Amino acid sequence: MQFPPIKKNVETMPVQPNLLDYEHTCATFSWDEVRRSFDGLPESGGLNIAHEAVDRHADGPRREHIAIRCLSKDNKIVEFTYGDLKEGSNRFANLLNKLTVTKGERVFWLAGRLPALYPMFFGTLKNCNVFCPLFAAFGPEPIFQRLERGDARVLVTTERQYNKKVAPHLPQLPALKHVLLIDKEEDLNEQVLSLPRLLETSSSLFTIPPTDPEDMAILHFTSGTTGMPKGAVHVHNAVLTHAVTGKYVLDLHPEDIFWCTADPGWVTGTSYGIIAPLLHGITCIVDEADFDAERWYRILQDQRVTVWYTAPTAIRMLMRTPPEQRQRYDLSALRLIHSVGEPLNPEAVLWGKHVLGLPIHDNWWQTETGGIMIANYAALEIRPGSMGRALPGIEAAIVTRTSAHSVRVEEPDIKGDLALRVGWPSMFRAYLHDEERYRKCFIGEWYLTGDLASRDKDGYYWFFGRADDIIKTAGHMVGPFEVESSLMEHKAVAEAGVIGKPDPVIGEVVKAFVVLKPGIKESEDLRLELIGFGRTRLGSAVAPRELEFVGNLPKTRSGKIMRRLLKAQELGLPIGDISTLEESES
Amino acid sequence: MTEKTLQDILFKELKKLAPECDPPRVAPNENIRDALDIDSYSFLQLLVAINEQTGIDIPEADYAKVSTIGGMLSYLYARLS
Repeated sequence: MQFPPIKKNVETMPVQPNLLDYEHTCATFSWDEVRRSFDGLPESGGLNIAHEAVDRHADGPRREHIAIRCLSKDNKIVEFTYGDLKEGSNRFANLLNKLTVTKGERVFWLAGRLPALYPMFFGTLKNCNVFCPLFAAFGPEPIFQRLERGDARVLVTTERQYNKKVAPHLPQLPALKHVLLIDKEEDLNEQVLSLPRLLETSSSLFTIPPTDPEDMAILHFTSGTTGMPKGAVHVHNAVLTHAVTGKYVLDLHPEDIFWCTADPGWVTGTSYGIIAPLLHGITCIVDEADFDAERWYRILQDQRVTVWYTAPTAIRMLMRTPPEQRQRYDLSALRLIHSVGEPLNPEAVLWGKHVLGLPIHDNWWQTETGGIMIANYAALEIRPGSMGRALPGIEAAIVTRTSAHSVRVEEPDIKGDLALRVGWPSMFRAYLHDEERYRKCFIGEWYLTGDLASRDKDGYYWFFGRADDIIKTAGHMVGPFEVESSLMEHKAVAEAGVIGKPDPVIGEVVKAFVVLKPGIKESEDLRLELIGFGRTRLGSAVAPRELEFVGNLPKTRSGKIMRRLLKAQELGLPIGDISTLEESES
Repeated sequence: MTEKTLQDILFKELKKLAPECDPPRVAPNENIRDALDIDSYSFLQLLVAINEQTGIDIPEADYAKVSTIGGMLSYLYARLS
């Protein structure tokens, strides 16, 4: 079904959008000009995200403005002004310095959305270290893999997370010199220290050392189809993209109250849950609790949120609630809603218009792109189901590979690989320790995103699916190989194949097909045991929610599991030519 | 349906979502989602399963009342009797 475009009337908007003339802005856009709009470091003239997002405001008229307002699960509020954040991050930077953590070394965070994150994040950047977040719902295995692959030097976490998920692997992490516990007043030993105790004696004065815009700033792990997670490296220069998208896509204005619901364990939670809003000197809401419809409506109302950035899973869960529920809340402050994480279905865009009173603006980007690349904009019409148009300064295209070294740029309405011309400021600079995988992402001047899409004649992009087997569940990327490897460590499992099973609420559910070792009988108890095994090792965010026993798995002649065929079988779709496959249970 | 039956249904459904956990050992006032590492989607599945087996519908507005084992059992029992 084709949904008619949602037209906009700028005249009736409470705030004039920053981007009014898309074509003109694209035609005159210059990244050099964006670069010149930044302060730069006062002494060295370098570029450091922490200076631009925090110190610049703390040293100016916004010093007393609230930068971050954290709401705890039990409804307590902790606030940081820009001045507080400058001092707090200075303390953390001094602490790292004292622990002799040197430039480029990685400092990991594993603790969800707690107030301690914000001074820690900027302190890490100030000391020219690299921030790497871990999702708090990961189990011990994904955490260990990332700490190890990311050469973690310091980990900041809670006592509970440490005891449950990190301590068992500590002897296998020799590079991890210090674990800092945010909720412990005393040190556990020489390696596991109390963060509050260390901060007490740390100075609030710190001068950011010279920082090259190309210095590594943030490391985000993302899942691959084959092999273990990849560490996408981002540099301080990414801040240019964060500023531009904050201005043109999120449409931030000085008095905005902005709420990004993403967890900092994922790239949206750092690029837009921390950096972009602070670059614009506004107030950012952070909620420690997970999704709850009543709570979210209450936050939108009580915090007078003006711009809201959320995800399709949350929107579809809100859609399940009766519209009367929303009517009990005053959402009159809200003027703009954005969504990211997976394609937003047209029905959800329209539901926003009818129930929330505002259409929802979908946008598209990836861990590798560092910031929003394609978006629906406040002043421009929305075509429901489309991810929108390319950001000014970004050249997107639909391409088809013609050889290992060349692509053909397609005309409108042709389905192909969504690609971006290389060179935008927040482009990932490497997969850590994996040059080959990094190079494979590029053909000539194009970065191939792995997403299949088409572009209409007006430049709106439409998503079709992934070109690989990556699973997108509740907005998170899950690599099937990672899940299969973990399941195969169970003594009863001979083989496992893992797919994303389409789900109307969370996009895809992780489903495992398991072949048992000879002599082992299928049973409900064993099925539950394996689900529990996955959850214990991988954590609830990654582990399969569904598990089915099969006699064997469809494979290519070279022995590779055909996940696409598993998925087709699951969905009852035609499976096409299987002449190259071994026999499989149908 | 007795309180014991309700408790059995709840524990059985929790065990399906988080088989590695032992629901009877969760303190009655502890948050179910935190204690058993259950996300909002799985929590919704739990409520659907409870509804199927007891006929009790828990509207969104009451989710805060059923966030703990103790709270959930009292809530369900009150609606049965």
